[in-house]
Amino acid sequence: MTFISRRDLLMRAAAIGAVGRPFQGGHADGNRADPRDDPGDPERVALQSREPLEHLTAEEADLLDAVVARLIPADANGPGAREAHAAHYIDRALGGALAASRPAYASGLAALDRYSRSSRGTRFTELAPIDQDSVLIDVETGAATGFAGGSAAFFALVLNHTHQGTFGDPYYGGNANFVGWDLIGYPGIRTMVTAADQQKLERNELKTNHKSAYDYESFVKSSARAGDAHEGGSPQRSSRAGAKAGA
Amino acid sequence: MATRLKDTDVVVIGLGAAGGVAALPLAQAGLDVIGLEAGAWLTRRDFAPDELRNNFRGWPQGVQKANQEIPTARANASSPTLPRGTIHPMQNAVGGTTLHYWAQSWRLNPWDFKVVSETTKRYGSSRIPKGSTVADWPFALEELEPYYDKVEYEVGVSGQAGNVGGTIDPRGNRFEGPRKRGYPMPPLRSTEFLEKMTAAARSLGWHPFPGPAAVNSRTYQNRSGCMYHGFCNRGGCHVDAKNSTAVTTIPRAQATGRLKVVTRAHVTTIEVGGDGRVAGVNYLTDGVEYFQPARVVLLASFTYENTRLLLLSKSKAYPNGLSNNHGQVGRHYFSHHQGAPVSALFPFDLKNWYGLPAQGVAVDNWADDNFDHSGLDFIGGGNLWAMSDRRPIAAAGMNTFGRVPAWGSQWKAFVKENADRSHSSYIQKTTLPYEENYLDLDPEVKDPLGFPVCRVTGEFKENERKIAAFTQDKMEQWYRAAGAVAVVRAPVGGAMGVSTHAYGGTRMGDNAETNVVDRYGFSHEAPNLGILGASVMGTSGAHNPTLTVQALAWRTADHLIRNWKTIRGTA
Repeated sequence: MTFISRRDLLMRAAAIGAVGRPFQGGHADGNRADPRDDPGDPERVALQSREPLEHLTAEEADLLDAVVARLIPADANGPGAREAHAAHYIDRALGGALAASRPAYASGLAALDRYSRSSRGTRFTELAPIDQDSVLIDVETGAATGFAGGSAAFFALVLNHTHQGTFGDPYYGGNANFVGWDLIGYPGIRTMVTAADQQKLERNELKTNHKSAYDYESFVKSSARAGDAHEGGSPQRSSRAGAKAGA
Repeated sequence: MATRLKDTDVVVIGLGAAGGVAALPLAQAGLDVIGLEAGAWLTRRDFAPDELRNNFRGWPQGVQKANQEIPTARANASSPTLPRGTIHPMQNAVGGTTLHYWAQSWRLNPWDFKVVSETTKRYGSSRIPKGSTVADWPFALEELEPYYDKVEYEVGVSGQAGNVGGTIDPRGNRFEGPRKRGYPMPPLRSTEFLEKMTAAARSLGWHPFPGPAAVNSRTYQNRSGCMYHGFCNRGGCHVDAKNSTAVTTIPRAQATGRLKVVTRAHVTTIEVGGDGRVAGVNYLTDGVEYFQPARVVLLASFTYENTRLLLLSKSKAYPNGLSNNHGQVGRHYFSHHQGAPVSALFPFDLKNWYGLPAQGVAVDNWADDNFDHSGLDFIGGGNLWAMSDRRPIAAAGMNTFGRVPAWGSQWKAFVKENADRSHSSYIQKTTLPYEENYLDLDPEVKDPLGFPVCRVTGEFKENERKIAAFTQDKMEQWYRAAGAVAVVRAPVGGAMGVSTHAYGGTRMGDNAETNVVDRYGFSHEAPNLGILGASVMGTSGAHNPTLTVQALAWRTADHLIRNWKTIRGTA
């Protein structure tokens, strides 16, 4: 994926060394190699369909991945949130723009697993999809017990972030292979849409454009990746300073 | 101890929609102007079509002052404080929120200036809602018309006139007041869906028209026409086709050599001299204190910060805050009632992916007093707006019209089919000031410098809620006429909360007992302090405030130029 910078790759490679485990879970690609085989090779990391963890623990990541896979499941209508790498999007953002939600994920995921064990007799990840759904309905409606601040709030948080990770720009680590945008028929990022393009769209003749905003060279990228200023509470900075910091 | 800087003629606090406009006539008149802006310059390279960054993360590429000072809010003095937001969409940057606003650029209609007298004349004084402090403006639309015209041409507004010199043009808004001439650019282009909505409105006997936008519909002043890429909603423009003050009036003012733009200047207080006149402005840049002396200060931040800075600027002459010896700072506050939308589901794709919020079709038949209220139990009304704005995350978050759960396979099948088939209306409604609604300083919550943030105490009253219900009926009728198969309505409104359309707090009027500034925008108490922004507006009308704010700013600047010697004083 051309929009991942070399710096990102190196950071991810380093993260593998530190955490040592990719996401587990269902994969369309059965030939996936374990990145632990060669954590120092950034080119190799880029080939993985699962990215290394940045903030969640392996256990949390497995659980979150299982949840998003039920929120937007892979089915006859195509790939879902797991295939979009929505959990990876969340994992990465928890160190930046969504850092304020890190404690909510820690306690919410732990509560989900406890609730699953106590009410269904086993871990959430080991339940059949239909039973996972029934647990999630309890969480959604607030009926699930043991959640600080109520289970409904946790559910709403995860669903919101799952949408971001499925339908947001792939630059942020989700919407892998544009599966989210293809699902809703979004014809893609363009910097110019002429009247003729609009008419083509209206006749269903406009070709879908699979691009991230940052595939267009004209835009400053760094602030999108490093731009965690307000939710993370970092000090003020100008766009120029931000640009330098991440360039 | 603050570093005392070299004296200047005028200091403008905030180079956004209002200050960015006022700076131009002042500089052109030969006054030395210093513009203090909390943010920095942003350029087209900063404006990626990135929904996460623009719409969910509060523009992390910008200076985060407004996001660190978000007001607290509660419905009334005895109700609990609402959960505080984490993002305020007002922007700290040169150009301010005009960088990424929707750019709907409306004039107010004639009735909005005369709500009390016109209501009394037509229906009797008993129809003014109880508890409202609404007053006529100190002047009529005709007084502001020349300034609307200047801004429309200087900044650049696309649109279709409906009343040029009293001659009605049915392609435009027949309810607008007479204008000297048409818009400098034709309206933004239409789409198949907007044509459908236009035809539906006509079939109901209404008078639809394309709305005005501070977005170039063609090349204007050597800047590009709109590229319709679909990320205009809280997005900056990558080709400078959105006419923010950062690409129009501010650079033109700088070209005179008379405007000095100071970025990253975080203003903390306005300084008052022993004579009760303002002496200048204190600000911080990277923690270093500066004092900028000036003969005249124009306060041009957003409504909340205008109010807060006055209340924080206490002195011997003004012990309760600057220009507040009559206790009027913070009064007559209201958030525009622009919520309570109606959403519709159509049985066909709308092809809305490459639109923008300012590209749409409007109906003013149910706004202001454009219809007979004799048999109704409210005054005022709403502008119905159908726009072509859609972005992917927002589209996936669509209303499900009670048909499917919020997640899972059924939901997925539903959004796959309907992500481009839903539409949500934007209805701006007459909103009035009330005795019980006001701004003050929060007794507990502080900004990172330790200053209290602004507190909003306000709720929509019966009049606003009745307009909401009435205009929802009209909107549903319009959607059904265009072929909608399902319609849902949002609740009609309770607590006002923090808003991008925030009015009052430093209201304009002739009576110093009930208003902070005079008919020209200058303080009744500190004669060399002018205030710019919607904080001076006493009524909202049913349309976006920015063009009116800009016309008023130009008018205040014009008054200052004409009366320079009197206002600057002899000191």
